[in-house]
This record gives sequence, C-alpha cells and structure tokens, in this order.
Amino acid sequence: MTVRGITKRFPGVTANDAIDFEVLQGEIHALLGENGAGKSTLSNILTGLYRPDEGEIYLRGQAVQFHAPRDAIAAGIGMVHQHFRLAASFTVAENLVLGHRDAADRGLLLEPDVIDGRINELARRYRMPVNPRARIWQLSVGEQQRVEILKVLYRGARVLILDEPTSQLTPQEANDLFQTLRLMAGEGRAIIFISHKLDEVMAISNRVTVLRRGKVVGTVPRALTTTRELARMMVGRDVVFTQKKEGAAKDGRQVALELRNVSARGDLGVPALHDVDLTVHMGEIVGVAGVAGNGQRELAEVITGMRHRTAGTVLVAGRPTRGGDPLEAIRRGIAYVPDDRLGTGVAPSLSVAENLVLKAFRQSPISTQGFLHPRRIRSNALRLMQRFNIGAASPDTPTRQLSGGNIQKVLLARELSGNPRVLVASSPTSGLDVAATDAVRGLLLDAANGGVGTLLISEDLEEIFALADRIAVLYNGRITGILDRQQAHIEQIGLMMAGAA
Amino acid sequence: MISIERRLTEAPWLVVAVPAGSLVAAVILSGLILLVTGHDPIATWGRLLDRGFFSEGAMSATLVTATPLLLTGLAAAAAFRMQTWNIGAEGQLYLGAVGASGAGIALADRPAVIIIPAMIVAGIISGAAWAAIPGVLRAYTRTSEIITSLMLNYVAGLVMSYLIFNSHSYWRDLSTFTARVFPQGKYLSPAATWPSLGIAGIAIPLGFLVGIVAAGILWLIYSLTRFGFEARVIGDSRQAAHYAGMRTRRKIVAVMALSGAMAGIGGASEIGDFRHVLDPRGLQQAGFGYAGIVVAALARLNPFAVVVVAVLLGGLSNAGFSLQGATFPAGLVGTLQGLILFCALAGELLVHYRIRFRRGAAASPPATKPAPVGAA
Repeated sequence: MTVRGITKRFPGVTANDAIDFEVLQGEIHALLGENGAGKSTLSNILTGLYRPDEGEIYLRGQAVQFHAPRDAIAAGIGMVHQHFRLAASFTVAENLVLGHRDAADRGLLLEPDVIDGRINELARRYRMPVNPRARIWQLSVGEQQRVEILKVLYRGARVLILDEPTSQLTPQEANDLFQTLRLMAGEGRAIIFISHKLDEVMAISNRVTVLRRGKVVGTVPRALTTTRELARMMVGRDVVFTQKKEGAAKDGRQVALELRNVSARGDLGVPALHDVDLTVHMGEIVGVAGVAGNGQRELAEVITGMRHRTAGTVLVAGRPTRGGDPLEAIRRGIAYVPDDRLGTGVAPSLSVAENLVLKAFRQSPISTQGFLHPRRIRSNALRLMQRFNIGAASPDTPTRQLSGGNIQKVLLARELSGNPRVLVASSPTSGLDVAATDAVRGLLLDAANGGVGTLLISEDLEEIFALADRIAVLYNGRITGILDRQQAHIEQIGLMMAGAA
Repeated sequence: MISIERRLTEAPWLVVAVPAGSLVAAVILSGLILLVTGHDPIATWGRLLDRGFFSEGAMSATLVTATPLLLTGLAAAAAFRMQTWNIGAEGQLYLGAVGASGAGIALADRPAVIIIPAMIVAGIISGAAWAAIPGVLRAYTRTSEIITSLMLNYVAGLVMSYLIFNSHSYWRDLSTFTARVFPQGKYLSPAATWPSLGIAGIAIPLGFLVGIVAAGILWLIYSLTRFGFEARVIGDSRQAAHYAGMRTRRKIVAVMALSGAMAGIGGASEIGDFRHVLDPRGLQQAGFGYAGIVVAALARLNPFAVVVVAVLLGGLSNAGFSLQGATFPAGLVGTLQGLILFCALAGELLVHYRIRFRRGAAASPPATKPAPVGAA
C-alpha cells in the first residue's frame, strides 16, 4: 500500500499535510507520533472513514478511492481500534459476522458451525485461542483484542492497521500480540502499527515513519535507528522526562490515608476488591501498579466515596470515614483526579471557570447564602489559569474544547487549590503528550512536597518508577505486594501485575 | 453531494440571522401555498399581523393566549435546562387549575387580596406535587420521566373530568336543576377574578405579569444560585455531578417540582384570568402544555426569550382563529401556523450545523472545513 500527498484539513488545523508513506507486503511498519500528530486522522483516511482533501491511495499499484468504510474493508484493509468496537452481549462468532456478508450467511440465517469452524481455524493459525461461543463481556481485555484482530482477519484483510494495540495489555499479553503480528507479516500481510511508545516500536517494527504536527518527519529502518533518535524526531527536540521524585519520604511522618481490609464490588456486582490494606503518609507518593480492570477503579472510588465499600475501614488523618459519599470525602480533604477526565472529572460543556469551582462553589468566597458570585468565580479562574499554566482562550471557554493536557491541568488546579490532605490520581497522564505529561508529573510532585499524601494509580510503570516512593501491585482486586522503589525492579513488578509472582 | 457538518464555533450573529432567515423562508413557502389556493399572500399576511397584534384589542387577546404558553414554556425550559425531560406541563397545568379553583371556591367570601394569592399558591403547590411524581420515579427508580410525565397528563385530564362530570365533587356546581343535568364547575366569586394592568390601551393579565416575574426568578436561579449551578452540572454530566458531591436525586425531584410549579401557575391563571371555573374540556382542547415545549425550544431555553416567543405564538394562534371563515378554511390556517413553526425549528439546526454542497470528493475548498458530524 502506498500513500501519496495525503492532506486533510479541519478548521484551523491541517491534520495531515502531504503525507507520503508506504507499507510493503510482509512488513510491520510503525507509525510513530505524539497525540495530535495526525496518526488517527491518517488511519481514518486509510480505512475510508474520512476522505482526504488531496492525495492518492494505491493498493498493489492501483489507485483506489474509499467512499465509506465498507469500500476499505472490501479492498482488504482492516483496522483494530484502540477502543474496541464489539457488541458486549453478543458472542465472539456473532461479532465476527456482524455487518459482514459471505457464504456462511444465507439470507437472514447464520450457519454457526461453519462460522465456528473458520474462527477455530484462524485462531489456531495465529495462536490466538478464543471460544467462538463466549460472550464478549465475559472476556478479558486481551481476549477482546484477539476478537478484534480475528474480526479483521475473518474479513480477509491483507493490510492491518492497529491503533495503540498494547495500551491496555499486560507486558506478557503484548508479547503474545507481537508473536501473532510477526506470524501474520510472515504470511505476506502488511501491518501498520500505530503507537507513541518508543520501546514497542523498536521491538516490533521493520521500518518506522514518524509524524509530527501532521507532517512526515521521516521514515527510517528500525535497524538503523535508536530510541533516542526516534524520540527526537517525534518531539522535535531532545526530551527526557525531567520530573523525578528525589530521595525517599522521611520516616515518622503522619499517616494521611489508611485502608484496613477494604473490600468492594464492581459495576456488575461481583467482588472486585478484596481485603486491601494500604497506608499513605503525608508527602508520600504510593504508586498502584496493575493492568486496568484489576480493581483500580474500585479502589479509587471507594476512597473518594463514589462507591460503597462492602467491608473494612478507610481512615483519613486517623479518623474513619462513613464512605459511599463523595461530599464527605471532599470535606475530609480527599482530592480525586479520575481516569475518565472528560466525563467524570469535569462537566464538559460548562466553562473552565465553572469547572474550576465544581467543588468550591459551596463555600465562601465563591458563594454565600446560596448565591454565587460571578466576579469571584472569574477571578478565581484567572488566578488558577495563570498559576497552573492552563492554556484556555478565556475562563468562559467550554472545557471540552481544551486539549487533554489542559483539561487535566484544570482538574489538578481545582483539586490542588482545595488544599487536600490526600490526592487520588488515576492514570493522570494517559493520553497526554510529552510536554503535558511532564507538567502533570511536576504538579503531582509539588503537591507531595507540600505534604499531600498521594495515591498514584497508573498502568505506566515508567511513571510509577519516576514518581512513587513505594509501589503497590494490584492484581485481581488484591494487593499482591508493596515494595520500596529503591528495591523494586520493573520486570518483577511486571510479573506481579500479571499475577505470576 | 450534500453533507451536514457540525459547526465548531457558533457565531453570535447566527442567533439573530437564523431566526430571521427562517421567518423569510416561512413567508415564501406559505406565500406559495396561498397563491396556489387562490388567496392573496400579502393581504393574508397583513390580516394575520393585524388580527394578531395591531387591531383594536388584538394585543390584549394575544396576551391572554400567551399567558399559559409563557408559563408552560418556562416549565419546559426549567426542566430541559437540566436535561430532565418533563413532558407533563399539560397535566401539571390541569392540576394547577384544579388547585387554584379549589382555593377560589373555598375562599369565595374573602376579599381579592386573600383569594388571588391563595389561588397562585394553590396552583404552584398542585403543579409541583404532580410533577414531583415523575421526578421521584426518575431519581429513585430510574424510570424515564418522559414516559411517566406524559402518561400522567392523561391521568390529570381524567381527574379533572371526574371532578366535574363523573362525581358530585367539591368543584361541581349542583346548585340548580340544569347544572345537575348538564354538569359544570362552580363559578368563582367576582373577587377571585384576577385584575389586569392597562398600559397604552393594552390589558396585561395578572398571570402574564406573574409569568414575567417567574421568568426573572428562573433566570436568577439558573445563573446566580448554587442550586442552579448544581442543576447545570447535573444536566451536563451526572457522573461529574456525583463526583463533585452533588445530591443528584434530590435535585432531579426539586427541578421537576420547580418545572411543575411554573405550569401550575399557568393553570391558576387560566382560572383566575380567563375561565373563572374549572373547565376540563376547554383546558384539554387548548393543549397549552405541549405548546409550551415548542415555546421553550424556540426560545432556546432562555427564560426571557420564552416571554417573547409566547407572545408571538399567542398572536399567531389568535390571528389564526379570526382568519378562518367561509373563504379561508381552518385547515389552511393550521398549515400556515405549522409552516412558521416548522421553519423556525428547522432553522435551529443551522445554528449548530452547516450544510455543505460539494461536487465530487476532490477539490474541496481549503482551510475552513469543519469536522464531520460526530468527529468533533
């Protein structure tokens, strides 16, 4: 597949600017770039979701035009999205044939045995074991991704595009995925691997094309480049994350947050958190490592009152909480940066100024006797926007128009300006670019230096190792170990995350 | 090829230009229909404006029609602002009328200064209580308030009919033989007739004035109080509201009650300003509650715009009645009114979206191209 001069413009931004790019049969070609570099736009063009304003796509030398996603599918291009597009209550087999017509599909009736046979054959060939009759909601994230890949293969894709495929996988699952990808490439399929993680790109790809601000910076063979060079191409300057926690927390500090034998149920009513014991001292950052779905969300929500606990005690500064009441948690000084920042952390249509008082609106000086004071809300916003370096056109800008990094700064500005005792930060830098990540980490460290006890829940081990004083690993709703950072090794933590240690 | 794309920014001038454009479209379309059916468009439009607003007494009559529209419009706006879909202003208005007429009958021999405030309060309480039912169901059992509030409209209509036609209730007039054979409600004492304010020859009903005050209060609540702030956050994202420690359930009930209270005042004003008797058939035929939804939508949920839209629609509706006659069928009146509403509501789309016409896929104009719907 070859792409020549692809340009796509959105108001005020050229998302793709004269992109040239090719992927050969049997090649794994990485598309590397920061968020907003134009990777998603390009993949949406390749799969027929967007139409390019200019430029051509050639498949095996033939110019092609996609008017709709089904044209791209018919031409043998398949996309595995970062956020899976599966119908949760349907079976694996049903999801594979959904919207797809072929010989196994006689009018309105499906032939389950034929479909199951084909799925099993594909699964065997690519070493992706999966039960065709299982329902999607019963599967783990890794298994769901297998279904997504099988779906694409089932439709006969010769070119596979994978968008950040490892973002929700354990290191082991990611390794399995890489095996599968190599097998597929070995058969002559072309694979486009979209990522912003340098080590992955170095591990899997044959060639790397780097995008920055919608333009191709360059294409290099993996063998002739280094992580450092790729990072420089991606960001446009030499970067390393500068924010790092210095030294260990001093002993003898007061306990900010303590959990004793805490258990809770998940959204589906099944126990998701078992007998968790955890202590966070003032000024300390405790990292909680683990693959998403192992109780992180429940842990964060139990502490912040958004979820009822079924057993145990949560103590803030030595005093127990009733639990199950976000307002109580706020009043007791628990700040929370949720992982779903746009849906939960802010009211997206409300202005930046309003979101900055989402919790403080109850108190003087923001409101007195039930009435708000718009001027104080505005001056509060201007002050915080300056102090936290929030890039918004004005305090009246609807928050959803901000970039991810700036939304996160709004959240942190609000949470930290409330002078909390405890901060629970869930995946605080996921989806942020390098500069924003560095800024957010800096804010977390400043807060810790100011005495806030921080619980940092993250899947990014590098982040946990950079920031945390102690590291707790959460697996299947249990803390499987707590280590001092100085004594922990990244491989060991990785194994514990996968339940292997 | 035609595509509809979301505007990334909504230019302020559109808010004025689009309704004006919609009106022009409505005039042209209805003009065509009038020509085809053999009527003079310009004369018809002239008569429409004349009968609706400018001729002797037209404005006073329009305000009488506009009053319930204003209050049910506020009811819809109050609830919709929090994304709570109260479709039950119709039933809440009936209950407001029941409450207000009950208060009026009970206090028949008291002076106006006691009866009239009592009627307003009774209307508020009855409407709010009726609206609280779907509110409680929504907040505590997650039942769709759209369905429950809509269904309660029919219940409210039947309650009202029962009180007058199917029972010897407190509201029914049983004083004379004819009243026993042909059921009707008890008429209120003259002291219960709401006064109107005369300005420049136009009689402004008390209910309309109360409605303007209510619009002001609603605006104040939503823009300057803690309560309104919480309601807006809940309307935008219930998750975010829960996260920020807001009591979302109580707030849903409270906003439904606030909405019902507005419709309840509308019912009270129908009794006090206009009917002076609980008149189930008349109220049910009018359909003010449903029209209020249209008023709120056209006003983009702004309480002050609700006042203006209610007057315009009130005039349109009154003019329609006086247009129809031997040469001008009622169906044509309805067609004209429908066209105007249709154009106005369709025009709303253009404030948020733009329509692009393009030839083929290639050679698109540069630079200002918005994202397709759904991508923004």
